[in-house]
Amino acid sequence: MTDLNTLGLAEARDKLRAKEITSVDLTQACLDAAEASGALNAFVHHTPDIALAQAKAADARLATGDAHDMCGLPLGIKDLFCTKGVASQAGSAILEGFKPEYESTITQNLFDAGAVMLGKLNMDEFAMGSSNETSVYGNAVSPWRRGNDDTALTPGGSSGGSAAAVAADLCLAATGTDTGGSIRQPAAFTGTVGIKPTYGRCSRWGVVAFASSLDQAGPMTKSVRDAAIMLEAMAGHDAKDSTSAELAVPNFEAMLTGDIRGKKIGIPKEYHMDGMPEDIEALWAQGREMLKAAGAEIVDISLPHTKYALPAYYVIAPAEASSNLARYDGVRYGHRANLAAGDGITEMYEKTRAEGFGHEVQRRVMVGTYVLSAGFYDAYYNRARRVRALIKRDFEQVFAAGIDAILTPATPSAAFGLGEMDNEDPVKMYLNDVFTVTVNLAGLPGISVPTGVDHQGLPLGLQLIGRPWEEGDLLNTAYALETAAGFVAKPGKWW
Amino acid sequence: MSIDKDTAARVAKLARIKVEEDALPALAQEFNTILGFIEQLNEVDVEGIEPMTSVTPQRLKRRVDEVTDGNQQDKVLKNAPDAREGFFAVPKVVE
Repeated sequence: MTDLNTLGLAEARDKLRAKEITSVDLTQACLDAAEASGALNAFVHHTPDIALAQAKAADARLATGDAHDMCGLPLGIKDLFCTKGVASQAGSAILEGFKPEYESTITQNLFDAGAVMLGKLNMDEFAMGSSNETSVYGNAVSPWRRGNDDTALTPGGSSGGSAAAVAADLCLAATGTDTGGSIRQPAAFTGTVGIKPTYGRCSRWGVVAFASSLDQAGPMTKSVRDAAIMLEAMAGHDAKDSTSAELAVPNFEAMLTGDIRGKKIGIPKEYHMDGMPEDIEALWAQGREMLKAAGAEIVDISLPHTKYALPAYYVIAPAEASSNLARYDGVRYGHRANLAAGDGITEMYEKTRAEGFGHEVQRRVMVGTYVLSAGFYDAYYNRARRVRALIKRDFEQVFAAGIDAILTPATPSAAFGLGEMDNEDPVKMYLNDVFTVTVNLAGLPGISVPTGVDHQGLPLGLQLIGRPWEEGDLLNTAYALETAAGFVAKPGKWW
Repeated sequence: MSIDKDTAARVAKLARIKVEEDALPALAQEFNTILGFIEQLNEVDVEGIEPMTSVTPQRLKRRVDEVTDGNQQDKVLKNAPDAREGFFAVPKVVE
């Protein structure tokens, strides 16, 4: 019998329904796998008592025959989601000891559907990073290695713990969040599927805010079908998030026909980057051929403002972060610095934030403060918001011309070694998000699908970008790509 | 635009993050690297383009202005580093 933790959501659901397995057994298999995975540092808070209680309840519900697709399925939850009574630190020292008195809408939706929480997953501090190296918990480590080389590789970031946990079969699937690529880049680095839905599809309530106009949560899974199932359970209008859309959530799984005949797939010329590894170029070309063979029409397109997406992002995201993170002041929750005699409230703020925030977070908060400060607001912040409008217009124009989806590489390289970027300037790390960040700026849905491996045997992903609110169609195109690619590689177990 | 040590100190002060004097030159250098990257935006012709306010065209929903929640003082204070007598406690702010 297969180890139960290696199942995907769809397979496990079917086995639960057929009474071949129980949620308690499935959950226990995942808890055991998570418990034995310390070397990956993916799970940072384990919640076995909650998991087993939820699993028992799920088995009871399944026995009545009236259960949601997600019922009884064990998940990992990114540390960015507030979970009632369970540590939710956003990977930061400043939220040390914080246990929310409330549940995020997304985790509540998942629990209402009967899903099981195994624990909280590692991430870059406040989701700021592309390698999970800015976490207060230490690095998450990818289960993948370069052949027999035992160099520890990044699982990507910021949802690095989620990606590592799904790839290593510590859970069936996980939640992630994506502000500039934080679901899609780690998914690509670990051979997993990650979708960032349209901005407003999932409620942001109870998800620790980084850059509110860009943040979206989504599922990280072992297959496109699993992504469809889990996204449906996460999504939906929420009165507690005024930007969440009042749109019905379709049955995404039912839309997976695999038929993409006649679909127009755009290939943006601006995504050919100088110095891009041959492996990535080759993969992209193969992806085009696969979709063409499946009956899609491949169309060369132009998104002329692509080059300006990253610089615009590194104005807008830090600006919003500096505002959002102002709440961490040592008064209402989390860490407060020890004060010296005579220190007043300003010293308390300054010492608390210096101790509580890591280096990258401090840097971004200060960059954001600078671009919003008097005299620079127009030159930086307003200009970036204008460029953002142009980036969105680029996409609107190609969609108006009949393009159904856009195919790009997900990342400019395969996973790199932990520590390899230490001596680079911060902008080098930011380039990881070069293909994904445009999608956040335009509020569009994007999905990373594992499509091949590089010359070292590391997974590579392609990204598909869809029209707003058409995640169902996007998932179907992704399903066709997944089917054609037939990616089956798994990391050998060394941890 | 080049950021010097004094500007870095002023930004740190505005952000309420304590930065030691000897760390300021390196911080200023990092700012300059990032701002140099951002400067590319000056190449773009943004004439006549309005700054984006909402990525999805939507009006903020209106609701009745009424109390829908409350009476949870214990929960509100539960995570405070220092809570006393039903209040958040902070260092003295008024002499």
